[in-house]
Amino acid sequence: MTASYLLTATIVSAFAGVLLILLLPMRWGGAAKWIAFLSAVTGFGFAAAAFRAYDMSAGALPLQFGVDVPWVESLGIHFATGADGVSLVLLLLTGIIAITGVLFSWNVTRQPRAFFALFLTIIGGSYGVFQSLDLFLLFVCYEVVIIPKYFLISNWGSTNREYGAMKLTIYSVAGSALVLLGLIGVYILAPGRTLNLVALSQYPFPVAFQLWAFPVMFIGFGVLAGLWPFHTWAPTGHVAAPTAVSMLLAGVVMKLGSYGALRVAMTLFPQGLEYWRMPLAILATIGLLYGALVALAQRDLKFVVGYSSINHMGFVLLGLLTLNSLGLSGAVLQMFSHGIIGGLLFAVVGRMIYDRTHTREISVLGTMGLAKSLPFAALTFTVASAASMGLPGFSGFIAELQILLGTWKAFPVLLIFTMLGVGITVAFTLRALQKSFFPALISGETAPAPAPEPHEPLPPITFPERLGAVILMAATIGVGLFPKVLIDPILHSFESSQSMMHHLIQGVAR
Amino acid sequence: MSNSLTLLTFIPLIGAIWAALLPSKSTGQLRFAGLFTTLVALALTLSLAFQYDRAAGGLQFAERYEWIPSLHIEYYLAADGLSLVLLVLTALVTPFSLLAFGKGLSKLAVVLVLLLETTLFGTFTALNFVHWFFFYELSLVPAFFLIRLGGTPKATAAATQFFIYTLFAGFAMLLGFLAIYQATHTFDLTELAALARQEKLGHALSAAFPAFSGWISGAVFLGILVGLGVKVPVVPLHTWLPNAYTEAPAPVSMLLTGLLSKMGVYGFLRLLYPLFPGLMFHWQVPLLALAVVTIVFSALAALAQRDLKRIVAYSSVNHLGYCLLGLFAVAAATHADTVNRAAAMNGVILQIFNHGLTASALFCFIGFIEKRSGGLRGLNDFGGLREVAPVFAGLMGIAIFSSLGLPGLNGFVGEFLIFKGSFAIAPGATALAAIGLFVTAVFLLTLIQRVFAGPLAERWKAFPDLSTGERLTVIPAIALMFVLGIYPQLLIGLFNPTVLKLIF
Amino acid sequence: MNTLLFNLLTPELILADAALVVLIAGLIPFTSSHRGMILSLTLLGGLLSGAWILTHPANYSLFGGMVVLDPLTQLAKVAVLALSLIACVFAYGSTVKEHFAEYLALILFSTIGMMLLVGTEDLLMIFIGLELTSIPLYLLTGYLKKSSTSAEAALKYFMVGGVSAAFLLFGLSLIYGVTGVTSLRELAAITRTTGTDPLLLAGIVMALAGFGFKVAAVPFHLWAPDVYEGAPTSSAALIASGSKVAGFLILAKFLTFGLAKTSGSAAWDLMQAGWLPLLALIAAASVVIGNLAALSQRNVKRILAYSAIAQSGYMLLGLTAANANGVASVLFYVIVYAATTLGAFGVVAIVEQRRGGSDLDHFDGLHRTSPGLALCMGIFMISLAGIPPLAGFFGKFYLFSGALGSVASVHDGSFGLLWLLIVAIVFNAVSLYYYVIVLKHVFVAPADDAPAHDRACHCGVSAFVGLLALAVVALGLYPNALLNPIQNAIRSAVANPAKALVAQP
Repeated sequence: MTASYLLTATIVSAFAGVLLILLLPMRWGGAAKWIAFLSAVTGFGFAAAAFRAYDMSAGALPLQFGVDVPWVESLGIHFATGADGVSLVLLLLTGIIAITGVLFSWNVTRQPRAFFALFLTIIGGSYGVFQSLDLFLLFVCYEVVIIPKYFLISNWGSTNREYGAMKLTIYSVAGSALVLLGLIGVYILAPGRTLNLVALSQYPFPVAFQLWAFPVMFIGFGVLAGLWPFHTWAPTGHVAAPTAVSMLLAGVVMKLGSYGALRVAMTLFPQGLEYWRMPLAILATIGLLYGALVALAQRDLKFVVGYSSINHMGFVLLGLLTLNSLGLSGAVLQMFSHGIIGGLLFAVVGRMIYDRTHTREISVLGTMGLAKSLPFAALTFTVASAASMGLPGFSGFIAELQILLGTWKAFPVLLIFTMLGVGITVAFTLRALQKSFFPALISGETAPAPAPEPHEPLPPITFPERLGAVILMAATIGVGLFPKVLIDPILHSFESSQSMMHHLIQGVAR
Repeated sequence: MSNSLTLLTFIPLIGAIWAALLPSKSTGQLRFAGLFTTLVALALTLSLAFQYDRAAGGLQFAERYEWIPSLHIEYYLAADGLSLVLLVLTALVTPFSLLAFGKGLSKLAVVLVLLLETTLFGTFTALNFVHWFFFYELSLVPAFFLIRLGGTPKATAAATQFFIYTLFAGFAMLLGFLAIYQATHTFDLTELAALARQEKLGHALSAAFPAFSGWISGAVFLGILVGLGVKVPVVPLHTWLPNAYTEAPAPVSMLLTGLLSKMGVYGFLRLLYPLFPGLMFHWQVPLLALAVVTIVFSALAALAQRDLKRIVAYSSVNHLGYCLLGLFAVAAATHADTVNRAAAMNGVILQIFNHGLTASALFCFIGFIEKRSGGLRGLNDFGGLREVAPVFAGLMGIAIFSSLGLPGLNGFVGEFLIFKGSFAIAPGATALAAIGLFVTAVFLLTLIQRVFAGPLAERWKAFPDLSTGERLTVIPAIALMFVLGIYPQLLIGLFNPTVLKLIF
Repeated sequence: MNTLLFNLLTPELILADAALVVLIAGLIPFTSSHRGMILSLTLLGGLLSGAWILTHPANYSLFGGMVVLDPLTQLAKVAVLALSLIACVFAYGSTVKEHFAEYLALILFSTIGMMLLVGTEDLLMIFIGLELTSIPLYLLTGYLKKSSTSAEAALKYFMVGGVSAAFLLFGLSLIYGVTGVTSLRELAAITRTTGTDPLLLAGIVMALAGFGFKVAAVPFHLWAPDVYEGAPTSSAALIASGSKVAGFLILAKFLTFGLAKTSGSAAWDLMQAGWLPLLALIAAASVVIGNLAALSQRNVKRILAYSAIAQSGYMLLGLTAANANGVASVLFYVIVYAATTLGAFGVVAIVEQRRGGSDLDHFDGLHRTSPGLALCMGIFMISLAGIPPLAGFFGKFYLFSGALGSVASVHDGSFGLLWLLIVAIVFNAVSLYYYVIVLKHVFVAPADDAPAHDRACHCGVSAFVGLLALAVVALGLYPNALLNPIQNAIRSAVANPAKALVAQP
């Protein structure tokens, strides 16, 4: 394939940013955000260029833009990358979240160098995971993300930040411990001591091994994807994190988990998958119901958004387990969609609102007349809520539609609960939207005098915030209107007979 | 102009963006933007109605693009007589409502109304379920905020209730169509109708869900029925309506009753009937009973109300019940009974248009009353207004009589056709429904009497008559009532070929 | 013969000479640059010794394996030497103020012991080497005469060390009694034919107890926390690094090269008598207890001590592979671990100097006062926790995959040592907690008052800490740099044993 540098360039641009920022003298700390912004834009540019250059007329194998350099030759470890549609969609998502994350962190003035260096490290690691074709490389990149999260949250976070950061870190590490276990098993059993995912996907692992390795790896990755009941890190972590990191967590990091579950656990162990599919699907369904119900009862706006992430990721996992092209492509689309929407919601709650009002209590926010004082924030949150509910016209709709259709085929009984979950999602989103932004009225027309505002006027929404919000809104609406742009490459990676994940669909063709 | 329908759909959207960019203080500019946009849309709609080849009938101005190929979803829209009637209605009622806002017009209101118009245009032209559903559901967002413009906590609650009801109903419908998609792998409404005509749809559903083959079609039908029934609404599903209509500002209620409820009725005609003629025939008794209950119950409920808005709200339910009665009667008839079926069907479509016009005019008048009375709108709060506001009383009287179905006004022809057709097919149900007619007459006349006749209360001595602006607002609508009452062929000619296609 | 003998032992001799020179230099009253001078002499000797090893590749053994000079031992010697020298540098910046020359000379003597230890394949020399290593270490531990903790640590270390030496000696003599040989290679040849003898096993168990003390494995670990905490930081650093490398290499050789045939099996479903089940048990216990005990510590040195116990467990787990691959992985890991922990002690030494203690609280806000140092500490801790892309992760991956792969069936996908691996991986995840706690104090906790006393330049120490951090990062990104030499050396040691030099008249 031509242009094989495109993928590697995404990683390089992120880590080049990290290096540049580390080399900045302390006096010039203010320049860190500009470097981070440039680095994010460059990374996104490369990802987008790769997305554009993706050739759907060719088979999905060999993966495009592939790079394969021996790394630890004697142990069969390679720096091998490549992309199919699924990878590209998620790379694109990472790029978007990187840019907007930097924009929403424009007001970070405490230790900006460290903040943006860690931020870009997470971005670089995520780029790495989404393009790794070597399991070792994938795991390395996957773990690279963990420690920066801890520092970002514990240093720049808000409520209960040290607790949230530690909990999140411990959960992540516990999850990756499981993954490591499976990885070593795979490494030992695979012929020729290879960890190349394409080769592994074609190797029939012994069934006895698959039966334990699949759940171990799926749950290991699932922890990061908010799989119930291993999700509890997510709400506290999301809430504790600074805005850009909440966006990253919801937008990208949770996707690392679901991507790993798909690309590694499911692709490598089809028989294990077959055996454990139903129990895991039930867990996913419980997760999406549970997330929605708990979100309904929250008093802290950020907790609502945090639990909504679990709810949405439940859809992703359920979609993955349907094992039909509708459900799978819906799940991948939902990963993208939730990445954008979750990012947007956290951006509003964390940056636009909390940084100004210093509260996230829904009832308190309700008394502030936010719709009037911060109309842009209200508009953004409304759009994000509508998208989060899965209203048509936003990216979530098509994704959830596909997942529902896929679920219907695969697990007709679960469909009832899934629909219930959709319903409760609407309810909690609407509740949060109303109570915090539009408690009684939205127009001054026949309004009674608004509650006396105890605070001095809130600072207006800044340009970087507007830009970031507009990018994210454009993304969710754009995908909602033209989902084909993403669905085609996603489907291509599943349905093309030359694909490493093709057997996922065939395996259960009844 | 092969893209005229797309153009039509997005004209209000462009207008909304335009309005959004205007400064929020300048009501004049905002009103101009809103009116200009809606009038352009009206002009385009009318020109489409004239261009429409009535001889050929059927779907015209079709546009078709691949949208989501993996799900066989297309951007597919076209218009037939039915669509055109609703497009014209939409294009008429929207500027009417904008005018009715008067001085209370805010930037948000203009933007929302225009957005709503886009979703309405989209709904009335879409021919792929997902495409249709897209606009159908999207209309909730502007509607939700429009209801909240009422500004009271009750309005908030009502908006939420409306939103939740409709959205959940939408889910039920979505679920039904997902089942259909599983069975047929298409969302294309015309293809599905063709399948249904060959009686293959039910078989396909049974085959796709062998475990539930006995009742899957019924379940899907019920899902869609509930989904649409909430929007119309049909009686046990109507509870959101009085609250929403009452708490919303009157111009918004105009849109709700004039246009949004029509989405439901349109759905019945476009989705339910073409896809499930067999089931509708099979279940004619409960369906007709549903229509009768809707008619009678809502009429009696209106009789018991003491709030002008609630009265008109229930009367709205009542009038739409006639549409359902006509439709269910058409479905219940044997195939050969062409004359009566055509009559009833024509009546239904005519009634859709007429009710849209009349009910929105009534809400407009109530809005004027509210503005004058400072929010009072109790049935017993007024009296003798005829003396101080004769023009007001006269024009509103015309609207009320149109609603009553007085011959010579538009309401009559539709109801007459419905009753004529239905009576021949389902005499029992129609006879029961006639109770509704009488009750309607009672409460509407009571309204006239209590508000306009009788002794004039002291406090209303200064009740101003209609201003010039207000007259200009309502007179076109009143004029149209007369025109259609006298010359209904103007509309019938447009959709009659479609009706013939629908019932065959 | 004499020249050859001289050649073979030149590095050790150079060190011994250097130690004597340093001792003499310490007697000459000098000016202020006194300590620097002494350090320079020490380093010079060490560098000469190292340079000799690097420039004289050889493959000989002497006295039936008592002294072996092959790529493997040379590699190990260089590693031990490098670690010791860095410890010397740390001593320069540490609390050791009096009798500095004697202190460095003791380090050099201990280093000689380590080099002899890693350079032998004979039971007798193993014991001698261990004692040569340990005795200077006892002294180094108790070097702070006025500190009661230091004295206590030294006493504890000495007592436990003495007892364990007795065990080791007893064990080795039993092995000798059963087999009649002291050379590991001959031992291997004999056990290949005789198989497992109960008395031999008893000997092995005793010897393992002795080694267990050396590498601080549970249940022979009790000395470690007190010694790490009480000893001068540079002494603790040496105990944790150089001595550990030597101990593990010799343990690996002893078990894998000498007693491979008596290993038995530690597979879950078919345990067999031998040293493997015992080793596996010790490994598991070390991992569990080390990690759990570390969770509640408030002193960074103690955390490092318990972490050392846990890390010993991982390395013992690597030894359960009982093959050359396992030895390679253990050697790789122990070198990486030693470098990492040495670096961590370097940071501790500096902090101790500046803030007068090594409790967690003393590290508060380190990132404000010295960001570079904080970054290095971050790298060391994360590497110890086994988080990629640092060397510690790669080392663990190599260890774990080697161990798991040793008893595995490709056909039914079963792994005999899975249970051990699960224990290791689970507790590795647990370990992250206390490493992160250290980092929390370094990076997150605010510095209430940055004590400015003793702002003496620690340039030398800092530079070496930085170098070690760089090495940890580099070895993580490019493990080949260390991995290939180790693999080649071990391949050569297995396939191409050192040629015996016959004594000439």
